[in-house]
Amino acid sequence: MGELQFLTWVRGTGLNLAISIFLLGVLVRLLEIYSLGRKKDLAEPRSLAGASGMNTVFRRSIPPEGMLKNSPITYIGGYVFHIGLVIIIFLFAPHIKFFQDLLGFSWPGLPSQAVDFAAVLTIVALLLILFDRISKPVKRYLSTFQDWFTWALTFLPVLTGWMAVQHLLLPYTTMLALHILTVELLLVFLPFTKLFHAFTVFGSRWYNGTVNGHKGVAV
Amino acid sequence: MSASLEKGVRVLKEVIDAPIASYFSSCVHCGLCAEACLFYTETGDPKYTPIHKLEPMRRLYEQEYTVLGRLKKLIGLSKAVTDAELAEWQELVYNSCTLCGRCSVVCPVGNDIVYMVRKFREGMSASGNAPVGIKGAANRTITIGSPMGVKLPAVKAQMRHVEEDYGLPIPMDAEGAEYLVMLSSMEIMNFPEYLGAIAKIMNQAGKTWTLCSTAFEATNAGMQIGNSDLARVIVSRIVEAAEKLKVKTVISPECGHAYTALRWEGANLMGRSFGFKVRHIIEVLGEFQEQGLLKTEGFETDRLTFHDPCQLARRGGVIKQQRTLMNMVSKNFVEMPDAGFMNWCCGGGGGASAIEEGEELRMEAFKKKKSQFDAVKPDRVVTACANCRIVMEEGLEHYNMNLPVVGLTEMIADHIPNPVVAKPEGS
Repeated sequence: MGELQFLTWVRGTGLNLAISIFLLGVLVRLLEIYSLGRKKDLAEPRSLAGASGMNTVFRRSIPPEGMLKNSPITYIGGYVFHIGLVIIIFLFAPHIKFFQDLLGFSWPGLPSQAVDFAAVLTIVALLLILFDRISKPVKRYLSTFQDWFTWALTFLPVLTGWMAVQHLLLPYTTMLALHILTVELLLVFLPFTKLFHAFTVFGSRWYNGTVNGHKGVAV
Repeated sequence: MSASLEKGVRVLKEVIDAPIASYFSSCVHCGLCAEACLFYTETGDPKYTPIHKLEPMRRLYEQEYTVLGRLKKLIGLSKAVTDAELAEWQELVYNSCTLCGRCSVVCPVGNDIVYMVRKFREGMSASGNAPVGIKGAANRTITIGSPMGVKLPAVKAQMRHVEEDYGLPIPMDAEGAEYLVMLSSMEIMNFPEYLGAIAKIMNQAGKTWTLCSTAFEATNAGMQIGNSDLARVIVSRIVEAAEKLKVKTVISPECGHAYTALRWEGANLMGRSFGFKVRHIIEVLGEFQEQGLLKTEGFETDRLTFHDPCQLARRGGVIKQQRTLMNMVSKNFVEMPDAGFMNWCCGGGGGASAIEEGEELRMEAFKKKKSQFDAVKPDRVVTACANCRIVMEEGLEHYNMNLPVVGLTEMIADHIPNPVVAKPEGS
């Protein structure tokens, strides 16, 4: 397969396949998780302002007192790469063009220098997070193959995308094709790995907030 | 698979619900929950990371409730949960978890880890993997009526002593009383002042109250062990007593888990809501104070701090009342770092204090509490849980610290002027 054929495949068949698996996977996973349901809480509720599922969905984005100081790399690295990913994925002009072709509508993006800066920060943050996972005993202890694998699945699309834009190492077409391929791998594995927290994080925070909110505890 | 393991697996499959599925699917192995757990912070051993304590349950969830997991199981790619593994996990699920719930409030993806540990214990208990110590406590509660083996005559003897000492009647089985007062064996045996305090407080407030001869013990080792059937039996005694005596409110004693068992799990264990209210004694005191029914005289002058029982504060939502009450009777009340919602556990909650083989670890974990004390150097510690009190006394003894621990209800009662026998409300 030549470079162009490779690019054509990842842009066509590969992309369709990846998006199909992603959508189907997300649907199946959401169904298999949330269809389990839960029992109604019969205890007499106590209400408190700020104690609810919705409150917790938002509140949990902020570190509890003392935790930031305790685990700065986890928090700051986490913030930087999550926000970085959102900027890169949704505010980079070529990506917006891609979504426009797919969805039929678009939105304003950021100047490419800004996205480039976000990409560099994201790469640094992801490397720091990886270093933290290797060096911190708790993280290393908890880590399984999936943790390293999903790190790579997240890192590679950012790296290849940034290198393609910077025309580094490989010809643009090849790097672009690799970039798209790594994104497709990310899409295929996301529903079936811990990356699925991108969806379930809202449900988890909501359940926690609701269950404890019933007791009048704002978690 | 052994019969007991089969039973445990069946129970685990039953307790896994959408929240648990969502929590397991959300965990990113960030390890932040470890920083919230005193068993990790004080030992530095990563095996005490809260989410790790659920590993067998997570695998079972994956193998039974996810399409991919079932597929992996089918082709033999997954590791089944074994008897040996669950036995190994006993230390993680019981000895090193007090159900304090700090992990559940720091998890960035929002996982309610303690909710899962509580459910995991159902499977551990069903598969015969609960520690002997709590099992014994649960069995004694079922057969004798209390985890410490306290029987009605012992309660009656204490009642007589208290009546003599305080000059106030201790009613028993009084139908139509407003409050049914529950005790913990610890209070019957070690802290009878509690009963005297209640008598003084109720007398001043002009409220009617009663003990019950068929239900005086509020602690629930069935819940701690993770056996809902036993927990239900224990709770049902109290529910039946409350209904028989037609009380409006059942008062949980100064005991954190008794409060959780009655207030939050009780109705769910029974499968129906209650026609009466359940309140912790601190909540009742808070209400009396607000209504002007609680009038104290004088102040403690030594340096006091308050230890929040986890089940009362973080897990039960009672945080302000104890502070108002402390300030009512104290001129020198200081807060420890992390006090209130984020307070650190005494290290012996959730049944842990009944586990003999967990004592060494408990003492290690107590260093956290010690560091909180060291930060404010109090003359005395006040709390509202008889179990916290005993565990802290043991810890303080272990570290040669001379720091008395007292109950808040008694301290409040000490500042109530001696009884001028008031007429009960409505008479």
